Amino acid sequence: MNLAETILIIDDEVQIRRLLEITLASNGYKISEASTGKEGLIAAATNHPALIILDLGLPDIDGIEMLKKLREWYPKPIIVLSVRSSEEDIIQALDNGANDFLTKPFRTGELLARIRVAIRQNMSSEDNPNLTFGFLSIDLVNHVARKNNEILKLTSTEFALLALLAKNSGRVLTHQSILKEIWGYGYVGQTQYLRVFVAQLRKKIEDDPAKPKLLITESGIGYRFHE
Amino acid sequence: MDFAENRPDPDELLASLKFEEEKSKRGKLKIFFGMCAGVGKTYTMLQIAHAEKLKGHDIIIGYIETHNRKETTDLTVGLEIIPRRTYQYKSTTVQEMDLDAIIARKPSTVLVDELAHTNAPGSRHTKRFQDVLEILDNGINVFTTVNVQHLESRSDTVAQITGIIVRETLPDEIFENADDIEVIDLTPDELLQRLSDGKVYTPERSREAIESFFRKGNITALREMALRIVADRVDRQLHEYMQLKRIKGPWKSGLHLLVAVSHTQQSSKLLRWAKNLSYTMGSDLQAVYVETSFKLSAKESEQLNKNISLARQLGIKFRFVTNNDMVKAIVDFAQKENITHIIIGKPKVRNLLTLLRLGNFVNRLIRYSGNIDVYILGSDNQSKDKFREKVSLPSFTSGLQQYFIASIVVIITAVLCFFIKDFIGYQVVSFGLLFVVSTLAFFFGTGPILLSATLSALIWDFFFIPPPYTLHVDKPEDMLMLIMFFIIALLSGVLTSRIRRQEMKIRVREERTNALYQLTRELSTATGIEEVIIIAKNDIKKYFDLKCRIILKNDNNQLDYSSNDDSGITLSRNDMSVAAWTFQHSSKAGKHTDTLPSGNLTFYPLKGNQMNLGVIAIQHPNVFTQGEEQFWDAFISQISGKFEREYLRNMAKQAYFLNESDKLYKTLFNSISHELRIPVATIMGASDSLLSSNHPQEVQNELSHEILKASKRLNRLIENLLNMSRLESGHIKPRLDWCDIHDLINKVTEGLQDELKSFRLHVVIPDDMPFVKIDFGLMEQVLYNLIYNATQYASASTNLRVKAFYDNGIMTLQVMDRGPGFPPKEISLIFNKFYRVEGSKAGGTGLGLSIAKGFIEAHNGTIAVANRQNGGAIFTIKIPTDIPVVDIRG
Repeated sequence: MNLAETILIIDDEVQIRRLLEITLASNGYKISEASTGKEGLIAAATNHPALIILDLGLPDIDGIEMLKKLREWYPKPIIVLSVRSSEEDIIQALDNGANDFLTKPFRTGELLARIRVAIRQNMSSEDNPNLTFGFLSIDLVNHVARKNNEILKLTSTEFALLALLAKNSGRVLTHQSILKEIWGYGYVGQTQYLRVFVAQLRKKIEDDPAKPKLLITESGIGYRFHE
Repeated sequence: MDFAENRPDPDELLASLKFEEEKSKRGKLKIFFGMCAGVGKTYTMLQIAHAEKLKGHDIIIGYIETHNRKETTDLTVGLEIIPRRTYQYKSTTVQEMDLDAIIARKPSTVLVDELAHTNAPGSRHTKRFQDVLEILDNGINVFTTVNVQHLESRSDTVAQITGIIVRETLPDEIFENADDIEVIDLTPDELLQRLSDGKVYTPERSREAIESFFRKGNITALREMALRIVADRVDRQLHEYMQLKRIKGPWKSGLHLLVAVSHTQQSSKLLRWAKNLSYTMGSDLQAVYVETSFKLSAKESEQLNKNISLARQLGIKFRFVTNNDMVKAIVDFAQKENITHIIIGKPKVRNLLTLLRLGNFVNRLIRYSGNIDVYILGSDNQSKDKFREKVSLPSFTSGLQQYFIASIVVIITAVLCFFIKDFIGYQVVSFGLLFVVSTLAFFFGTGPILLSATLSALIWDFFFIPPPYTLHVDKPEDMLMLIMFFIIALLSGVLTSRIRRQEMKIRVREERTNALYQLTRELSTATGIEEVIIIAKNDIKKYFDLKCRIILKNDNNQLDYSSNDDSGITLSRNDMSVAAWTFQHSSKAGKHTDTLPSGNLTFYPLKGNQMNLGVIAIQHPNVFTQGEEQFWDAFISQISGKFEREYLRNMAKQAYFLNESDKLYKTLFNSISHELRIPVATIMGASDSLLSSNHPQEVQNELSHEILKASKRLNRLIENLLNMSRLESGHIKPRLDWCDIHDLINKVTEGLQDELKSFRLHVVIPDDMPFVKIDFGLMEQVLYNLIYNATQYASASTNLRVKAFYDNGIMTLQVMDRGPGFPPKEISLIFNKFYRVEGSKAGGTGLGLSIAKGFIEAHNGTIAVANRQNGGAIFTIKIPTDIPVVDIRG
């Protein structure tokens, strides 16, 4: 990483800001802070952060509202922090433009990993036609996936699912966004389709389908493809 | 020992204590009692009021009638007078005592003249004594005046002595229950002197009065009566005093009087006489009316109602029994109630037949009553009322239609018989006619039966008995048959109709009993006040055909008019005040009652055993008959009882919740504070240690690890508490979605990686396990709690087994360990909030399992626990769930 990226932390809790500041600074990021929604909007506009960490429980502006406002013009990743572990809140945040989420309390290691993924995905905007995850490689152009260099027999839907997840590796995708993407609007809500294909896909790509390492379940929210 | 005999009856003692208690909260009633007007009751009362005022008591005048007597008027000066209230009645204005102003003024004592006064229409109560009772209820003492002729039980005697019928009467009960009675006595000569001095009336009126009412003989008789009443009262007070203070003395041997009342005017006299007797004997008194199949005329019913209300006014308990045999009914009742004396009126003899019958009545009563004394009170010559014998002439109340139909049926039968008489003979015809008459009796009243009997006898005679077409009868045996025919037709007709009437009466009773039974049954299954209201309304509609509105009290003990109501009865302001009055005084008011009768609704209190629950308003075009009123009372009391139970149940529930939250609070303090402190202490200690000294890297790592562990523990606790509060507040609504059980179990075991390291975990899921519809997050928490528990209690390197399968709409999840299991005694308690098995190791709040149970129940599932045969515990979760219908593989 040549240039220090600026990360904007919008959180009203001093202690959390302090913790993040120490952790992130020691990992080579520049830090900008805001304790209210208003301050946050100004800081986002003036400091050009590469990523925003946004607490959903701000005193002045509702978290989802804040997300919508930022997303009107801010194209870079936003990671949402929330004490509300309620799945609905998280799904709502993801559907409103958040790239990822973490619930407080969180491990700093986890946070750093998420930040890395988000920034990297944002940078490599042009599609890399070949994706590799350990023993698994995916050729997006020829629609072929290989495991240990053996071609996997995947149906077209299975491949589409795998490709979608892999392209967004490290990032959580909600059930509904996957359904919408692969099956289309008419299938939103039909999670049983998704379950079936995830189970089938796991059988084909995972070493131990009962203990998946690549295709990870995010309880009640969606799936994340491990990078 | 005669110890037992000298001991007061405990029930009576209790009653007297209760009565005393009740009375102490109320104001005291002092009556200035005199033999007639002009003895100086009001005067004395005012004198005493002045004396009391000097002593510093707050005593005021509520209502005084000075009759323009100067001495009296002078005495009112210096006392505060509550202005009278003016009522507009038709074209005249009437002044009455201002009850509300007195209550609002709340003096310690108020003077109210002439207790027996009848209020002007439009006043709240019909009688002034009712006003006074309300004043007393408000804790205000009352001084008042009463003349002997106003006492209900004496009004007859007074009428006999003076020839003047007293209209304004006072229930004896009021007089009896007065706290203090002061007799204002004057010798007849002194009174006459006062009269002629013009101190009582104006000279012209005095003369008139002396001639008509104030004759010396009259005055002497009234005086004697007044003094005797007071003497009786003193005697009774002494008796009560001895009872209260347990003084040994000649206790009256528990006399119980019963007076048998009929529907005649004579009975009112009987009631008064019996009341006097019970006074003198110091015994209690009940009245009984025997309902027979005999049908009462409207006038008789009215008289019966009068008698009953008189009995109530006299404070006599009134009971109904149904039996055609009056003697048996009375004796049975008397024996059941331990009656010692039966009082009956001497029946009036009209003719030989009744003499025989009545003689029979009295004789039988005396014969069957055994050791019960029977008093027979002579009848009164002045009473113009005729005593009608029970089985005397039947009542001709059947409609004209019945007469018509009866005649037609007889004629048709006769015509039919006429055509076949040649085959069957004229004698058989009589049987046919007889049969028709008897049959008609099943349907019609006595009148039409008499007619049809007579008609058929005439027809038979005229058309059938030879020689035909004459009324003449040739053969003596035919004559005999004709007479017998007539008698038999008459008897069978009358008897049948009597049986039918009796039957109808019984049926009505049965229907009522049945209705009550139905009501009780419906009420017993009802839960919640709303449901009770619906049942009550429906049943009142069904059995009384009345619209009603139920108004219950709210928590502030006031009537709540806001509740939803579909009865269509709207309450005016006036109605609401009547309702409030009914509720406060727990006695009926409104239309058809003595209190506030001006509106068009009648209000009955819903009275439970311990409290008033509210009122019920009904729109009733007619007054209830006596039987209906009894039925209604029973109905209402059932409903009230149910309301009370519901109300108490709610209160108990609230108390339970309070108690529970109290317990929760305590447990939170005991268990949570400990659970919070330990990890906080670890974090503080470890971080402090990291800061203060230069540990080698290993130690630093270890300390950091401890901090992390403690934080996780804290986080788990907070998670549990949050979940618990979500459960408690009922906010848990599972978001059901398709879920792969593999995924679920994997997610949980992943989260418990560290804890599971030292165990051998086996996950058993059949290959054909379908997806199930559950809330992933909640079920994750459940499994997490169960498996985490297992790792905490089972010893290392034992087997842990998680099993899932689906069968017939039910998903089963099992978690099995080889830990110590649960003590059998406590196994049923482990799902209780904050319950921790005795002697379990430190850490844990006893929330995990109760949360698991709550979440499973939110899924409509069950969770059970058992000890395994070879040690360890097994938790079994069963959740009813859908599986995907379409197979979409491929």
